[in-house]
Amino acid sequence: MAFNSITIVWGLLFVGTAISWFIAPGEDYLSPLLPGIAIILIAFLKVRLILLYFMDLRVAPQPWRGLFEAWMISACTLIIVLYVMGG
Amino acid sequence: MTKTVPIKRLPGEEGVWGFVFGDMVMFTMFFATFLFYRYENGALFAQSQSLLNQNYGAINTLLLLTSSWFVALGVFQYRKGKTQQGAKLVIPAFACGVGFVVIKFFEFGEKFAAGITLNSNEFFILYYMFTGIHLVHVLVGLGVLFFLWRVARRATDGSATQTLESGGIFWHMVDLLWIVLFPLIYLV
Repeated sequence: MAFNSITIVWGLLFVGTAISWFIAPGEDYLSPLLPGIAIILIAFLKVRLILLYFMDLRVAPQPWRGLFEAWMISACTLIIVLYVMGG
Repeated sequence: MTKTVPIKRLPGEEGVWGFVFGDMVMFTMFFATFLFYRYENGALFAQSQSLLNQNYGAINTLLLLTSSWFVALGVFQYRKGKTQQGAKLVIPAFACGVGFVVIKFFEFGEKFAAGITLNSNEFFILYYMFTGIHLVHVLVGLGVLFFLWRVARRATDGSATQTLESGGIFWHMVDLLWIVLFPLIYLV
């Protein structure tokens, strides 16, 4: 990966953080669940960027990459389900 | 013409990946525990969360992201043979990590001053416990970064690539866990 690509990923992570901060659920929302779900999804997109590009998991053998991808999907699903149940 | 297939290689040491995976599973249980108690006591959690300062959490997120960025750049340079540049990039990464710790102490200090302690309620037990365990990870990570800086500075022949990758992977994990912990505790 090129030197600049690492910086582009960092920029995307920054933007993701800013969006989450901006849309954080408040009293203005009719349903705070939707921005909450969006924030959780953004968090896991950021996690994926870090795993693949900072930790270089994208060049790792498939079993290792698959293990972490499986964790991401399971953890994200579990968190969203529990979050929605909590209302 | 033959197409070159990139060789798959696990960066760092296998044991570090195993440890990182175990830690991530443990934190997933923390996330689930937090959300389970939130499910049982939504009103208390919403009211307690409103007492947190989101700015501290968000600034700390940016500090860890930036720190991770410096480490990723440092490992990249070291691999390319620019070992001294690689070592130098660990210094701002360390500084960002120290910034995280300083802000965390300010935050905890404010909470204690306002009479909010571990005994206040269920939300704050989990808040102190999970952010505290994460803070221990940051402190260990700072020790790792210091070690990486020393190793990278001395191993000018590029022989410390695997060590740098392994330490970097641990530090990125500390960042990654905060990226999920921050929105759960402070935002949603």
